[in-house]
Amino acid sequence: MAGLYLSVATRAFRRYSTYTAATLAGMFTNCVFGIILCFVYQELWSLKPHAGGYDVKEAITYVWLGQAMIMTVLVWGGGPTNDLANRIRTGDVALDLYRPVPLIGWYAAQDLGRAAYHLLARGIGPTLLGALLFDIRWPGSLGAWLAFAVSLPLAVLVSFAIRFLVASTAFWLLDSSGPATVAWITAAFLSGLTVPLVLFPGWTRDVVLTLPWATFIQIPADIWLGQRSGWHAVEGLVLGAAWAGVLLLVCAFVLRRATAKVVVQGG
Amino acid sequence: MAETLAGAAAANVRAYRDIGLMWTRAAMAYPASFWMMAFSGFVVGGLDFVGIWIMFHTVDSLGEWNLREIAFLYGASGFGLAFADMLVGRVERLGDLIRTGRLDAMFLKPLPLLLQVCADEFALRRLSRILQSVVVLGVACTFVAWSPVKVLVTLSMIASSSVIYLAIFVAFACIQFWTIDANEVANAFTYGGNAVTQYPLSIYPREVVTGLTLVVPLAFVNWYPALYVIGKPDPYGFPDWLRFASPLAAVVLMALALLVWRTGVRHYTSTGS
Repeated sequence: MAGLYLSVATRAFRRYSTYTAATLAGMFTNCVFGIILCFVYQELWSLKPHAGGYDVKEAITYVWLGQAMIMTVLVWGGGPTNDLANRIRTGDVALDLYRPVPLIGWYAAQDLGRAAYHLLARGIGPTLLGALLFDIRWPGSLGAWLAFAVSLPLAVLVSFAIRFLVASTAFWLLDSSGPATVAWITAAFLSGLTVPLVLFPGWTRDVVLTLPWATFIQIPADIWLGQRSGWHAVEGLVLGAAWAGVLLLVCAFVLRRATAKVVVQGG
Repeated sequence: MAETLAGAAAANVRAYRDIGLMWTRAAMAYPASFWMMAFSGFVVGGLDFVGIWIMFHTVDSLGEWNLREIAFLYGASGFGLAFADMLVGRVERLGDLIRTGRLDAMFLKPLPLLLQVCADEFALRRLSRILQSVVVLGVACTFVAWSPVKVLVTLSMIASSSVIYLAIFVAFACIQFWTIDANEVANAFTYGGNAVTQYPLSIYPREVVTGLTLVVPLAFVNWYPALYVIGKPDPYGFPDWLRFASPLAAVVLMALALLVWRTGVRHYTSTGS
C-alpha cells in the first residue's frame, strides 16, 4: 500500500514538473512580491525594531519563507483537490470511489507529491534570490532543520484536509468555487501571508496562533528562525499533527455522509 | 468619419454589455456560489486593509504617511485594479483560449477580438471589490482639505488609475501569445502593482520609484496625484507637474498596450497543424 501511495505521489510530482514556463513565471511573481514586502517590512522594523518579537533580519527572512510556502501549501487553493471538485461536478468521482484505494489517501498522496515539487521549484528558488538580495537568517542547528522539515508535510496535510473539505461541498452545491474563494481568503489572512501572525494585536494573536492556518507559514517560519526551539518547537509540531489528524477524520466523516446520501451526477 | 467611429464604439459597448449579461445570467444558475464569491470580493479587499491596519497597530506612520493618507493611496489603486479586473481581467486566461482553440473560433466572429476575449466569462461579482475600494477611498476623502482643483485631480486620478490597470492587464497578457503557460508573470504587474502602490512610494529606494515613473508607470495610479491632493512634498524631488500627468501616462500606456496586443495577434499562428 505504501508503495502504491509513493508511486501516486511520484506521478503527481512529475505531472506538475511538466509546466516549466508556468513554474518560472510563478517564481518571478513570488520574487516581485517578496521584494515589495521586504521594503515594507524594512520600513516597519526600522521604526519599531522589535515588532512582534522579530528583528529586521528575521522579518525579511519571514517574507521569503512566506513566498516559498504559498505554492507548497497552496494558500490560494487548487491542486489535486481542484480535480476532485471537477470530478464531483461531472460525476467522474464515481470512478474514484470504485478504486481499490481509499479516496482520501489517493488524493492526499497526489497532493504530497505536488507539494514536494512546488517546494523544490517555487520554494527554494525565491528563497535563494531573497538570500542574494537581502540579509536573511538560516536555521541555527541541525535540530531546527529537522523540525522545519517535519513541519512542512504537516502543513501540507492540514492544507490538503481543508481543501478536500472545500471540494466536498460540490457533493451538495455542485459548484464549489464559492466555498473555495472563502477558503483562500481565510487562508491568506490567517496563515500570516498578509501580515505575520506575531504582529496581530493582543489576544487575537494567541487565537490565530492556535488555528490550523498557523501551521502553513507562521509555525514553520518560527521553527526556522529559532523563535520556536526545544519543547516550544515540538509543541508547534504537535499542533500541526493534531490539526491534520482532526481535519482528516472530518474529511472521512464528510465523505461517508456524501457517498451515502448524494446521488452521483448522471444517475 | 467621426460619426461612424462613434457608432462602431457604441455597437462594441452594446456587444460587451450583451455578452456580460449572458454570463451574469449563467453565473446566477449557482446563486450560492455567486453571492459567496461576491461577498468574498468585498472581504478580500477588506482583509488586505485590515493587514495594513494591523501594521499601524505597531507604528504610527510608514514612509511618513499616516493610516488615513495611506487609505487614500489604497483606495485609488484598489479601485483602478478592481475596475480593470472586472472589465478585462479575463484576458489573463488568453493561454487557455489558445490551448482549447476557442480563440480561433473568436477570430471568425464579427466583433473585435480583444472585446470577445475580455467579455468572455464576465463576472459581475467583481463589482464587490470595486465597492470595497470606494468605501476605503470615501472614508479617506473625508480627511482631505478640498479645493475645486483637488476634486478634479482626484477624479482624473481614479479614471487614470483604471485605464493604467486596463493597459497593464492587456499588455502583459500578450506574453501568452508567445508562451501560453506564463500568465503568472502578468500577476507581478497587476496584483503586484497594486501591492506596491498600496504603500507610499517613499518607503522604496529611488531606483524603484524611477522605474515606477518611467518604465511601468504605476506611480501615476495614485502616488503623484495624491502628493498634490494631500499636500505632501515629493521626497525624491521629481518635477511638480508629474502630479497632474496621470491622464497623459494613462493614454500613452493604453496606446502602447493596444500596440502590443496587435503585435501579439499578428504573431499568433494558432496551435493547430
